[in-house]
Amino acid sequence: MPRLSGWFVRAALAYLAVGFTLGALILAEKGVSYAPMLWRYLPVHYELLLVGWLIQLALGVAFWILPRFPQGAPRGNEALIWLSFALLNLGIACVVAETVLSIQGLRLVGRAIESGGVLAFVWGSWRRVRPTVV
Amino acid sequence: MPTLTRWFIKTALVYFILALMAGIFSAASDLPGIFPVYIHLLVEGWITLLIIGVVFWMFPKFSRDLPRGSEKLGWATYTLLNAGLLLRVVSEPISAIWNPPGYFWGILLVLSASLQWLGGMAFVINTWGRVKEK
Repeated sequence: MPRLSGWFVRAALAYLAVGFTLGALILAEKGVSYAPMLWRYLPVHYELLLVGWLIQLALGVAFWILPRFPQGAPRGNEALIWLSFALLNLGIACVVAETVLSIQGLRLVGRAIESGGVLAFVWGSWRRVRPTVV
Repeated sequence: MPTLTRWFIKTALVYFILALMAGIFSAASDLPGIFPVYIHLLVEGWITLLIIGVVFWMFPKFSRDLPRGSEKLGWATYTLLNAGLLLRVVSEPISAIWNPPGYFWGILLVLSASLQWLGGMAFVINTWGRVKEK
């Protein structure tokens, strides 16, 4: 797999590990109530697993397996996809920081940055969705 | 397609059906504990198990001797995630209806959380070494 896909996939696996850990702690708290403050982190659990794990893995694998161009850069403008990777992860960090650091407004900023990351990915990948010569 | 992948994908398809049924049930009743079961059947049972099965099958080979990493760890992932999720499906609604936290069904939730966490970690450990760049 290309280096950039490796970054996407490793980041996704790391988010899966942290998201699962948080989810397990919250579920256990639901069972035996040992630390009620954990419920505050439920939105972080959602963010890490939906955006950090599922969406990031999909982007990384798409960059790897979508049809390549026969001439020029085989996977198109890689700089745009690196930008997408950076923005997506910066956005996740902002969304998580609103809950963890109690800084109001960061979630909105994070969502906007994540959207920018997804737009960069769509922009960089659009032309790769095409018929392949068998 | 490896045997383990077939187990993951067929189980994921069954969870997909169960998730849709739980979604209908959740919308039709006020029973507490059903909505999180619906979400986890969909996101963990369907989407994540499908992904894990395909990752086990198609990711770069770990080595010539162990192309898919540790098969035992792969089966452990399958067993732990399914045991944890099924335990949750049973114990979360019952715990929400009948028991204050800390009693029998609450302890089962803790067990479910532990099993799911172990399954997630087993997957991450077994997959990390297969993220190989060319």
